[in-house]
This record gives sequence, structure tokens and C-alpha cells, in this order.
Amino acid sequence: MSDRQHGEDLDDQNAPGEEGGRESIAAGVRTYVIGLVLAGLLTAASFAAAGSNLIYGPAIPVALIALAVAQMGVHLVFFLHVTTGPDNTNNVLALAFGVLIVALVLVGSLWIMGHLHHNLMPMAEMMQRQR
Amino acid sequence: MFGKLGLDSIPLDEPIPIAASAIVALAILSLLGWVWKRGYFPYLWREWITSVDHKRIGVMYCVLAAVMLLRGFSDALLMRSQQAIAYGNPGYLPPDHYDQVFTAHGVIMIFFVAMPFMIGLMNFAVPLQLGIRDVAFPTLNSVSFWLTASGALLVNVSLVIGEFAKTGWVVYPPLSELRFSPGVGVDYYLWALQISGVGTLLSGVNLVTTILKMRAPGMGYTRMPMFCWTSLATNLLIVAAFPILTATLAMLTLDRYLGFHFFTNELGGNQMMFVNLIWAWGHPEVYILILPAFGIFSEVVSTFSGKPLFGYRSMIVATMAICLLAFMVWLHHFFTMGAGADVNGFFGIATMIIAVPTGVKVFNWIFTMFGGRIRYTSMMLWSVGFIVTFVIGGMTGVLLAVPPADFVLHNSLFLVAHFHNIVIPGVLFGAFAGLTYWWPKAFGFTLDEKWGKRSFWFWLTGFYVAFMPLYVLGLMGMTRRLGHYNVAGWQPWLIAAGVGALLIACGIACQIVMFVVSIRNRAALVDESGDPWDGRTLEWATTSPPPIFNFAALPDVRGEEAYWGLKSAAREEQRLSDLPDYVAIEMPKNSPTGVVSAFFATAMGFALIWHIWWLVILGFVGAWATFVVFAWRDETEYEIAADEVERRDRLRREGKAALLGVPDGATT
Amino acid sequence: MSATQAQSSNDPHKLGHGEVPVSERGPAPKRIVVAYGFWIFLLSDFIMFAGFFAAYAVLVGETAGGPSGAKLFDLTLVGWETVLLLLSSFACGMAGIATIARHRFWFLVAMAVTGMLGAAFLCLEVYEFTHLIGERAGPGRSAFLSAFFALVGCHGLHVALGLLWLMTMMAQVWAKDFRDDILRRIACFSLFWHALDIIWVALFTVVYLLGAGL
Repeated sequence: MSDRQHGEDLDDQNAPGEEGGRESIAAGVRTYVIGLVLAGLLTAASFAAAGSNLIYGPAIPVALIALAVAQMGVHLVFFLHVTTGPDNTNNVLALAFGVLIVALVLVGSLWIMGHLHHNLMPMAEMMQRQR
Repeated sequence: MFGKLGLDSIPLDEPIPIAASAIVALAILSLLGWVWKRGYFPYLWREWITSVDHKRIGVMYCVLAAVMLLRGFSDALLMRSQQAIAYGNPGYLPPDHYDQVFTAHGVIMIFFVAMPFMIGLMNFAVPLQLGIRDVAFPTLNSVSFWLTASGALLVNVSLVIGEFAKTGWVVYPPLSELRFSPGVGVDYYLWALQISGVGTLLSGVNLVTTILKMRAPGMGYTRMPMFCWTSLATNLLIVAAFPILTATLAMLTLDRYLGFHFFTNELGGNQMMFVNLIWAWGHPEVYILILPAFGIFSEVVSTFSGKPLFGYRSMIVATMAICLLAFMVWLHHFFTMGAGADVNGFFGIATMIIAVPTGVKVFNWIFTMFGGRIRYTSMMLWSVGFIVTFVIGGMTGVLLAVPPADFVLHNSLFLVAHFHNIVIPGVLFGAFAGLTYWWPKAFGFTLDEKWGKRSFWFWLTGFYVAFMPLYVLGLMGMTRRLGHYNVAGWQPWLIAAGVGALLIACGIACQIVMFVVSIRNRAALVDESGDPWDGRTLEWATTSPPPIFNFAALPDVRGEEAYWGLKSAAREEQRLSDLPDYVAIEMPKNSPTGVVSAFFATAMGFALIWHIWWLVILGFVGAWATFVVFAWRDETEYEIAADEVERRDRLRREGKAALLGVPDGATT
Repeated sequence: MSATQAQSSNDPHKLGHGEVPVSERGPAPKRIVVAYGFWIFLLSDFIMFAGFFAAYAVLVGETAGGPSGAKLFDLTLVGWETVLLLLSSFACGMAGIATIARHRFWFLVAMAVTGMLGAAFLCLEVYEFTHLIGERAGPGRSAFLSAFFALVGCHGLHVALGLLWLMTMMAQVWAKDFRDDILRRIACFSLFWHALDIIWVALFTVVYLLGAGL
């Protein structure tokens, strides 16, 4: 297997989940620690926001979703090592495609089902008419 | 011990399925006996069943598809004959059986004919066109194939043991819920599709990775053959759409097995969510089937017109546009469910927009032919037949995309005629063209053209006679899936449709004759140059059949139409390219992982259908153990010596030198 | 397998690799191919979860007279689950670093910690499920609970399968050491394990935190 030396030849192409440079162990650990701290903070913020009276009520869902997106970003960058560098183009493009489909499925379903729900006779009434 | 399974699960009181399956079982047994007697088993095991060679796996996919085409088509004949006679009488198929027939027809034709045909051809041709030695994950490829075969097996087992679903091929709840379908039919459907769906997903992952990460040196994105581009789009769609099917079927499974309430009538379940989700997979699925066929037609039209594909880049843009738009139109399958004008309007317009890139493609094919030196081979006939017929089907599709029109036509035979008008010329004609086109590459001899053309004319006329009446019937108000009817005016049209089905049967018979005749005459039809059609892409650069490593040295790609460039250069310089330095090649070892894990998956699926829980656990542990054994192997590759590589490549160069009429510089 | 010739013996353009675009450099090394393939698989897994999330979002109001999320969810439990999963992800990262250092002992320790934290997470989830079923709030109670059990259970199933894979990987490294193919599998496993965390972030936000407020 001669893969490894080639890997070094071609280091402007990164495997997903692989750290870009040939970092030292300390630097690797530092990345994970930063990631863990950030993720922990964001999680704590989410849980705090959910139960707090400090934030304007209707804004809480928005805040929670924003925090969740931020935390997913932290996980992607610090744990999965997905970055925007040129070495990651293919990985990020694939991720973008995946996110687009996820968004289409979620938004499409909610929009369609919301409209159907709106136009639908309530179940109880329907049962009554069938009798 | 055996769950719900008992002797009474075998429908001995129904003569048709029992007789049919007895005949099939007899045929399979005699075939196996013949193979055993001739001592072919070790050969089959070594060279085919455990093979991880993408070419062999591609061929096996196509064999599976062809066999299942016969099964699916016999279902079609049953339906056509039933409807031709069932005016004012119940016909010869009891409703119970008729419902299973139309469900099985749809499931088999989509999942076990169209899908394996397309995946098989992609598997065979894509690595060759990219100029590489195998797909990204050869053993996984074998696993994918055998899981697909395992799903097909389960569907066919349902003929003898138990029953198949009676719900139509997309099993809408609440009909498919336990309360209204208490039998095992829907369970067969669910597990067969889950198992083959995993296979399809893995093969999608495999081909996406292959195309994006494994091209020959110099093969940039805009130098890939069109078929590779459409394959990329198809496999992206597979990777993005099949998980939705998995999730949807899992929800229905939970409803049926564990008393969940996703889609039930009671306790807040919502059937419309199932319809929404299944079509979020189902519409991309349509493009999963058609896009590879578009690629095949592009290759065929360009090759037999003797011209580069017209508008190559616009074709790429159109392909990728279809790939994205395919995910934005799914609601047109259920306009009538009542989402209201906003939603219907959006999805109706999106559906019409998707006709634009498709139109771009049609014009590109026509302009490719324009001014070309066209050779009307059978493949070209399939392509031209496709273009004409597909445009008609596409226009009825745009008609159905208008929501108010859809309210009149939905669920009628007009719809049935429309999608057959798309799938038969699109997918099947494409598969037949691809089969004829790449057959010499796979086996080293071409197929008999005379029988191929006969088959084409039978298929084409048969198609029009069988399906044009269905448009009329749809407009007359006949709904789909009717077992019998009381409208005298419908019968003549249904008889005509039945005649059309018989014509198609003649087309299939011609194809069988074609295979027999060609195999018998293979000495006369032999392809020594490896390039029987004056091809333009890299698969024609190697021999027919190619060596297991495809290319002795990876080709050097310097532009679009890599092989055409090589040929032109050789003609110009009156010599072949320089001899490469031959080095030993490492190829992945064969592995029974695929067939063994599929065996356990089949056992597990069967056990889940019949609630035999110990066998479920056994199947799971077996499949896991198979992968562990595979992962523990110490030797994963074997080496082909440089001498052998050189010997094979010198043979190839002799063929090419003879073809091009240039001296073979290598022999000096 | 084929990268060797592609790169060393016939770099067709004789240009050295600085000037040839990545897309024209021939097949990528196996390490990249494998991880990329697994990345594509993970994205497909995300889309499968999107299906379950969509079902949950549509059915969340369909309680059929039964309990809603606000009545059922115990955010303290969910908080602990989150902590366990986060630490497990961190431990998995440490296993990756031990792999880079080719240090078998620390790899096995880190993987064992990863696995135990994952198992603890799973125990909490099983406790939550049995508790809910005991309170007559099982999946058969309403469409909302069906969607909840399926979505959270699907994540749990992934964790369980991940544990099976984790133990297999530990046994493999124990028996075969850091072979090339095993290194590639470790890379895939850590991608999988981190991805489960991302799903969990979406899950605790959409299901538990937003649900508790409803």
C-alpha cells in the first residue's frame, strides 16, 4: 500500500474529517478542547434560553434555532474539520447539496402539510357527517 | 417457532400463481441441475457470484433486470387480458389476485427492472468511460447487487408463500395499515424494498465517489462523457432520495408492527403525510431512472451520427438543473389532495419548468444528428423512437402539470398512459440501446442487428397500440386499477390495448431470439478491435472484453472525447502512442461477502415478514459476522505481473493498429 | 490501487502537480476516496433524519387528547444526555489523536471511554422511554408520541449500532494494529460518531427545548 506517501503528495485535497495540516498532537488536542468548550457553552445557552423569562417569549424559538445552527457549525468545524479552504471544496459542496435537500424536505413538507391542514375539515366534524 | 408461517400460508386454492410458480421452480431447478451436471458451479462461484469486478457485477444487474422484465411483463399480460374480457363479467382473475398483480407489476418494473438495468449499465460503463480500473468500493458494489437480488427474491417468494400487497405500488395508507391489510402482502413489500433500497443507496454512494474522486489523469469535469455526467446526477439523486423512502417505509413498518400512529385513522395519524413523503422520494426516482437513459442516448446519437455531442456544456447544465428541480415538483403527484391554489400553483409551474432542460436535451440530440453521417443501427432506431415517443409523453405530462386539468385526469388511465409513455421509451428503450451498444464490450461480439431491428419495430408499434387507447379511455373516464367494468364503450379500446401488449410480447420474443442467434453466431460477429462502432469515449480504447484491470496504463486524457482524440492523433502521426512503462497492477480480491451478507439479509427479511424473531436475530448476527470476517482479511489485493499486463496490452495494440491502418510501433 | 501508476509513472503533462488542477490529477488516494464515500453516506443519513424530523414537525400537535411534550419532557435528563454525548464525542476525538500518534494503548482507552459514555447515554434514553411507556405515554398513544419515539429512537438506534461498530474497531486494532485499511475505518467511525452529535443538537433543540415550551 503506497497510499500514505501519496496522501502527502496531494495534500491540497482533504478527506472529510481530516485535519488540514500536519499538526502536532498538542494542536490537535487544542482544536478538540476549543470545540468542546464552545459546544458546551452553546448547549448551556440553549437550555438557559429555553427556561428563561429574560428573553421576549416569541423570540425564544428563533434564539434556540440560531443557537442550534451555531452549535452544528462548531461541531462541523472543530470535530469534523470541515472548513471553507480550497482543500475542502468537494466536501463542502457535498454538504451543501445535503443541506439543500434536507431544507427542501423539511420546508416543503411543512408548507404542503400546513396548507392541507388548513383546508381539511376537522376530524370530529367529518366523523359526525359520516354518521 | 415459525411465527405466522404455516402450511396454510401457501395459496393452494389459487391455481394461477401456484401453476406459474411451479413452472418457474421447475425451470430454475432444471437450470441448476444442468449447471451442476456440467460442473459449472465452481466457475460461476469464482468468476461471477463472488466477483467484485464492476463489469461482471454490471452484467449480473442486467441479467437480473431481464429476468424480472419477463415476470413483470407477464403480470402486464394478465392485466391486459383481464380487462379485455371483463366487460359485464368478473373476468378470470378474482379481485384479490388482480390487485396483487397490478401491485407486483408496478413494484417489479420500477425496482427490479428499471433500477437494475440502469445501475447495471452505469456499473459496467462508467469506470471504463472514466478510464479507471474499478469503482471506488468494489466489494461494496457486490454487496449492493446481492441485496438488490435479495429484494427481488423476496417479492417472488410472495407468489408461493403468503401473498403480495394489494394496495398499488406506493402502498397508500390507511389501506396499507394493519387494520385494512392484515395479511403479509404489505410486509413483503416493505422488507423487500428496504433491503434492495439499502443496496441501491450503497451503489449510489459508490458511483458518486467513483465519478467525483477516481477519474483518469486529465479527465476534468468538463471532459467526462455525457453518460458519466448523467450517472453523476442520477447517483446524487439516489443518495438524496432513497433515505426518504427508507424513513417513510420505516414509519409504515412501525405502524404495522409496533402499533404506532403515523398514518392511521385514529389518534392523530395523518395519511397525507405518507403521500407527501413517499412522493418526495418518488419524483426524484423518476429522474433516477430517466437520466442514465438520457446519457445512453447521448452516447448513441453522437457515435452513430459520427459527430461530437451538440451543446455538450448545455447538456451538462440541463442535467444538473434536472437533478435539482427533480426535488421541487413532488406535489404534482397529489394535486387533488387539497393543498389549495398557492401550493398547487407553485408545484404546477415548477413541473412545467422542468420541461425546459428536458427540451434542451431533445434539441441537442436533434442537432447532433443534423448534418451527421447517420448509421441507422438498432441502437439508433431505439434512440429516434425514444425521441419521438418521449416528446409525446412529455407533452401529456405538461398537460397533467396543469392543476385544473389534473383534477379531471388524475387516477385515470390517462395518467397510466402518460407514465408508460415516459418510462417505456425513456427507460426501457434506453436500456435496450445501452445493452446493444455495450454488449460487444462486455462479451467480445456484437448482437444480431436483424433481430434487434425486428424487436424494435414490434416494441414501437406495440407500445403505440397498447397505450394510445389508454389515453382515450382516460378521457372517457375510466379509472386505473379496475378489475371489471360495465361500460360497453370501453371494451374495444381495451381489446386494442391487449393486442398492443401481444405485439410487445413479439418484441420480447425477438429479443430472446436475438440473444440466441448472436451467441450461436458469435464467431462471425466477433469484435477484434475493441471498437466496433467507431466510438468516441474511453471504453472503446480497451479490448472487448476488457482485461480485468481495464487499462494497462491509465489513459492520458487531453480533451473531450478522449478516445476520439487518441484515434485522430494516431491517424495523423501514422503510429500508435508510445509504449508505456508496464508495471504490476494490484486488483481487489474476489469476496463472497456480498452473496453471504445478502443471504443473511434475505433470511432476516423473510423472518421479519413472518414474525420469526429468532431468525431475525440470527440473520442480523450473521450479516454482521460476515462483515467482520471481511474486515479481518489480511490480503485484500492480488498482483497482476507486469509481463502479463504487457502481453495483454500488446494484443490490444495489435487490434488498434489493424483498426486504424497504422503500423504497430510497439512490436519493434 | 491505481493511484500509484497514475501519479508516479505517467503524470501525463509532465508539469509537476502545482499546475494541474486537482480534478485532472487522476484517481485520488484511497484514504480520501474512502472518507469521501463515507461522507456522502452520512449526508444521506442526514436526509433520512430529515424525513423523521419532517414527520415529527407535522405531527407534533396531534396529541389526540394525550399528553403533549410540555407535560412529558424532563429537561434535566436531556441535559445529562447532552453532556454525555458531547464528552463522548470529545473522547472520540482523542482516539483520533491517539491514532495519529499510532499509540495503541491510548487509542483503546479513549475508545473505551467513548463507548462507555455512549452506553450511558443510551441507558438514560432507555430509562426515558420505559418511563414514558409506564406513564401510558407510549408510541401507541398518539401520532405525536409515535413521531417522537421514532425520531429519538432512530438516533438511539444509530448510537447502538455505533457502539457495535466501536467495539469491533477496538477488537480490530487490538488484533491487527494500525493497518492502512483499519486507519481508514477509524476515520469513518469518528465521522459517524461526530455526525450523531450534530443530529442530537437538532434533536434536543427541536424536540425537547422547543417542545417543552409548547
